[in-house]
Amino acid sequence: MDTQLLLGAEAIALAAIDAGISGVYAYPGTPSTEITEYIQQSPIARQKGVHSTWATNEKTAYEAALGMSYAGKRSLVCMKHVGLNVAADAFLNSAITGVNGGMVVVVADDPSMHSSQNEQDTRVYGKFAFLPVIEPSNQQETYDAIRYAFDLSEQQNLPVLFRVTTRLSHSRAVVKQQPPREENILNPSKEKRKWILLPANARNNYQQLLEKQTTLASLSEQSFLNKTIAGNGTKAIIAFGIAYNYVMEVKQAENLDIPVLKISQYPLPDKLIKEFTDKYDDILIAEEGYPAYEEYLKGYFGNKKFRGRLDGALPRTGELSPDVVAKAMGVESDTFRTIPSIVAGRPPMLCQGCSHRDVFDALNAIFAEYPEQHVFSDIGCYTLGALPPFNAINTCVDMGASVTMAKGAADAGLHPAVAVIGDSTFTHSGITGLLDAVNDKSAITLIISDNSTTAMTGGQDSAGTGKLAEICKGIGVEESHIRTFVPLKKNHDENVIILKEELEYKGVSVIIAQRECVQTASRKKRQENKK
Amino acid sequence: MQTNIIIAGVGGQGILTIASIIDLAAMQQGLQVKQAEVHGMSQRGGAVESHLRISDSVIYSDLIPKGKANLILAIEPMESLRYLPFLASDGMVVTATEPFKNINNYPEEQAIKDEIAKTGKHIFVDAENLAREAGNLKAFNTVMLGAAANYIGISKDALEKAIESYFSAKGEAVVQLNIKAFRLGAAAI
Ligand code: SF4
Repeated sequence: MDTQLLLGAEAIALAAIDAGISGVYAYPGTPSTEITEYIQQSPIARQKGVHSTWATNEKTAYEAALGMSYAGKRSLVCMKHVGLNVAADAFLNSAITGVNGGMVVVVADDPSMHSSQNEQDTRVYGKFAFLPVIEPSNQQETYDAIRYAFDLSEQQNLPVLFRVTTRLSHSRAVVKQQPPREENILNPSKEKRKWILLPANARNNYQQLLEKQTTLASLSEQSFLNKTIAGNGTKAIIAFGIAYNYVMEVKQAENLDIPVLKISQYPLPDKLIKEFTDKYDDILIAEEGYPAYEEYLKGYFGNKKFRGRLDGALPRTGELSPDVVAKAMGVESDTFRTIPSIVAGRPPMLCQGCSHRDVFDALNAIFAEYPEQHVFSDIGCYTLGALPPFNAINTCVDMGASVTMAKGAADAGLHPAVAVIGDSTFTHSGITGLLDAVNDKSAITLIISDNSTTAMTGGQDSAGTGKLAEICKGIGVEESHIRTFVPLKKNHDENVIILKEELEYKGVSVIIAQRECVQTASRKKRQENKK
Repeated sequence: MQTNIIIAGVGGQGILTIASIIDLAAMQQGLQVKQAEVHGMSQRGGAVESHLRISDSVIYSDLIPKGKANLILAIEPMESLRYLPFLASDGMVVTATEPFKNINNYPEEQAIKDEIAKTGKHIFVDAENLAREAGNLKAFNTVMLGAAANYIGISKDALEKAIESYFSAKGEAVVQLNIKAFRLGAAAI
């Protein structure tokens, strides 16, 4: 079969197509976005009619994937780690319902927070839900493991959680393809009761899920993803997921004769772990993310033979690297050149000509008149409004929090209570908060900085394009307080006046600042020129 | 044989084009490749880099260990300095001379040149003029690839073949423009 150079994310996508999925459901989020994009652009997926449009948020994506599985077909759902928080309700309950057609849940974690708000480790969610977790170490293994995960899901009637991290998702290597498999036929679930989580059914399902744990652990014992690499001596290493690469890099470069146990499938293979740990009295635990399994293996009273992120052998936070792993493996580091002090930081910034710039300029201008200048904001390119020269926003917590935090602050008496949110984030999680504000008649001004795309992740379609004013009207915002302006320099004065009027209004007002993202606009133009 | 390359630049400058051509050349030679890149937020005018590793045996880490890069190939002079901890003691720095000043505390250009010169083995490439000579400023990155060609561990013929396959979809004129740019870059050092 074919070999090709693929990002980890693309290897997931190709493997899922080859595993016979009928649909992928996702909301874009770095580092998971490229999975769905690859499927959208794949001629084979298109020819097969694989469903691949973007969902409004991770929860709707998750539930749609579950519905496809109910219908007997294979489905893939993808998100970044914080997206799983949004989908967590559906995720945990899907472990109780189980699945019909194979369902794989890919979650891309972002240790070191390259483009995220926290470092959460999805493996903890896997344990929380009692679901099997797969965490491959390289791109080929990723391809092979996705295919395996779909089979595992159907065998066990459970969703399978598939964890990757930024490094694997955004790194390319040669991947060898396997022969594709046909899609499942439409075969809706006949097990009527298991899908209805009324207490009586749910208790029964939960019991069954717990009983399955022994089977799942024994599957890990036999899994091709878990293996021992022989070596001598009394020191050893247990390497999880991508940490295996760093351990092997150092082992190879330094010619170290050290035994390694590689783990890429959970729940932990008990026998394999016990046999291995019994043999050695100094074991380094290398895992990417939380010291989740280090804590587990150490136990409450702290078995001294395990070292890792908890005792400082490895850094407690941040992404692993060959260098920190080498140090933990006792390799003396050479001295390296340092970065000359003249090198200045080069942080990301809003593009020249970006509409958010004009929104912030207008906002800063009007704010000069108010003693209290606080802006609740959200997640998207406009979060960069926190940096100079704008210094225009004060919060960025989670998708949609701008609206509801402004509401809370308004309820507390803060005036003006202003929220800034993007169009995609508004439909993702802002709508319900706005409805709360309408119902409570809270005095907030919501600015939807609408650039008709999900810009930060590369310009995917946005669910509310062309519908924002209608949506706001539909949930009860007074029509006279739904204002639209075009954020351009030449409209600055006019826009400041509109802002002023709405800030003064003691109820819910929405200002839609509408101008397309210059990046997607110029891409569209290029594509049109091609035609 | 193993070559570790850091390609450095600013988001939007197209460092991934260079990485993709080298990847392709390496794959066509039957070599192993790993290439870690930066996506998302930093691409908005921030510092970006790609760790590229080529080898005839298995490559484990997607990241290059410190002190192990044989080549830093920079599309922007200050960015070449940001990755010096990765440069091997006998490693090579190939950098474009044209600064990209999207920050107001950009250091003095001479000071940057002096720091680069301290590394010992370095090449400055006036890529902008060479690209113009080739026929289009967009060929900037292929000029840089040409200038670095001696340090990639892959023959120039193989790199040219990869340029051909990389640009073939865009038509023969684009292929020829980039081959010319590559050769001008290679001849400039
Ligand atoms: S990508 Fe679009 S929305 Fe984001 S900063 Fe650039 S122009 Fe603005």
